[in-house]
Amino acid sequence: MPDLGLEVLLKGKNLVRLLGGLWTALRISLLSVAISLPVGVVLGVLMTRNNRFVKALLRLYLEFIRIMPQMVLLFIVYFGSTRAFGWDVSGETASVVVFTLWGAAEMSDLVRGALTSIPRHQYESAEALGMSRLQTSIFIIIPQTVRRLIPLSINLVTRMIKTTSLILMIGVVEVLKVSQQIIEANRMSSPNAAFGVYLSVFLLYFLACWPISLLAGRLEKKWS
Amino acid sequence: MKKLNRIIAIALTFALAFALCACGGSKKEEGPVYRTLDEIKQSGVINIGVFSDKNPFGYVDENGEYQGYDVYFAQRIAEDLGVKLNYVSTEAANRIEYLQTGKVDIILANFTVTPQRAEEVDFALPYMNVALGVVSPDAKVIETLDNWNADEQMIVISGTTAETYFTENYPDIPLQKYDTYANAKNAMENGNGVAWANDNTEVIAFALQNEGYTVGIPSLGSQDTIAPAVSKGNETLLNWLNGEIEALGAENFFHADYEATLVDTYGLDYEESLVVEGGIIK
Repeated sequence: MPDLGLEVLLKGKNLVRLLGGLWTALRISLLSVAISLPVGVVLGVLMTRNNRFVKALLRLYLEFIRIMPQMVLLFIVYFGSTRAFGWDVSGETASVVVFTLWGAAEMSDLVRGALTSIPRHQYESAEALGMSRLQTSIFIIIPQTVRRLIPLSINLVTRMIKTTSLILMIGVVEVLKVSQQIIEANRMSSPNAAFGVYLSVFLLYFLACWPISLLAGRLEKKWS
Repeated sequence: MKKLNRIIAIALTFALAFALCACGGSKKEEGPVYRTLDEIKQSGVINIGVFSDKNPFGYVDENGEYQGYDVYFAQRIAEDLGVKLNYVSTEAANRIEYLQTGKVDIILANFTVTPQRAEEVDFALPYMNVALGVVSPDAKVIETLDNWNADEQMIVISGTTAETYFTENYPDIPLQKYDTYANAKNAMENGNGVAWANDNTEVIAFALQNEGYTVGIPSLGSQDTIAPAVSKGNETLLNWLNGEIEALGAENFFHADYEATLVDTYGLDYEESLVVEGGIIK
């Protein structure tokens, strides 16, 4: 068994600090998910409407967010807003804003894709059965769309959780930053600690994302 | 449906227009980004940017407390100002940004003074020296770089000041470059190169922790200093800091700081060459 330097995790409050860091990462990403998914659904539906102007606007928003690296967005919101208007946004708030904007943009495109992938004949058959537009949406279109959306949106949610590793650049001490602090504080006494600590971080991210994947799998099975 | 579309279009236009206004917003009506000395005292809190993962200068111990040479000084600053200390965890890459936006009042994060940086921020008096150093095995200690044998290689880490310095000043010395500290350390231990050049603090620490190595050249190249930095133009805070550093010199504060935080890593031998007391470089 190679020396993984795992003993550093048992020193003082290190384990509690690591878990606290994980909670910070999860709090930020899950709050952003909770806001961005509903907003993304609404925007996605709007994108399928036949209004060129609305479409162009949403397209612009989506492409802007998609092209910009998240790191740049974080710097723009955290430092840029202070430079431009003197707002003193905290690192956590800035992270939630960026992750929400990003999540909503990506979600809207997923919803648009799922909606347009429903074949025309589904609408026509519903109409032939004498269903109203509302009935068609509730009984035919939405259930099929939701089923298609589940794997895609789970992918987005787990990506949002993992991308919180960037927010240490705007001063938010999350799980990765805590792990770097632990490794560096013990650089001399346990030079191998990097392996053990990063391994633990890997496990923590896994434990955070895995239940979400499980839930998605179960839902997919239930509705198939 | 038409009507709904139109309403949505109008709402989105307003949203975009607002966003654009916000982005293009003027910044001229703002005052300075920084807080003056009086404003800091009034608020009762000073924000100091420190490293949280650079042992032994600024790091967080196993109880979640900030520790280190820079932190020791930060605590004294807050104490003498009579305010609470709020630590902000900074990275090497965002230290200037933090000062330019006034999100911290002072950066105390192992900040080396360079002319380029001095255009962006204001440095106070220095409190530490840095230079390059060369460590080599006891069996063959390298004490000079003159008459270098071209068959022998010098180990450096890519992207460090050591690499730049040797490329510019000693182009004849063959370099063996490694990406990480760990790889360079392995190479040194395996005898792949005859010596290793890095920041002198790093090579001193290496020689102290590993038997059989000596720092043959403890100070090389331009002597740089480490100093606190404040936002450009923050005269009141800068003057107070300079006064504070001079006053602390009378009680040998930075020697006490060294003995409390750095002695475990560097030993007592390097105290005089690393510490700058009272802002005076000898």
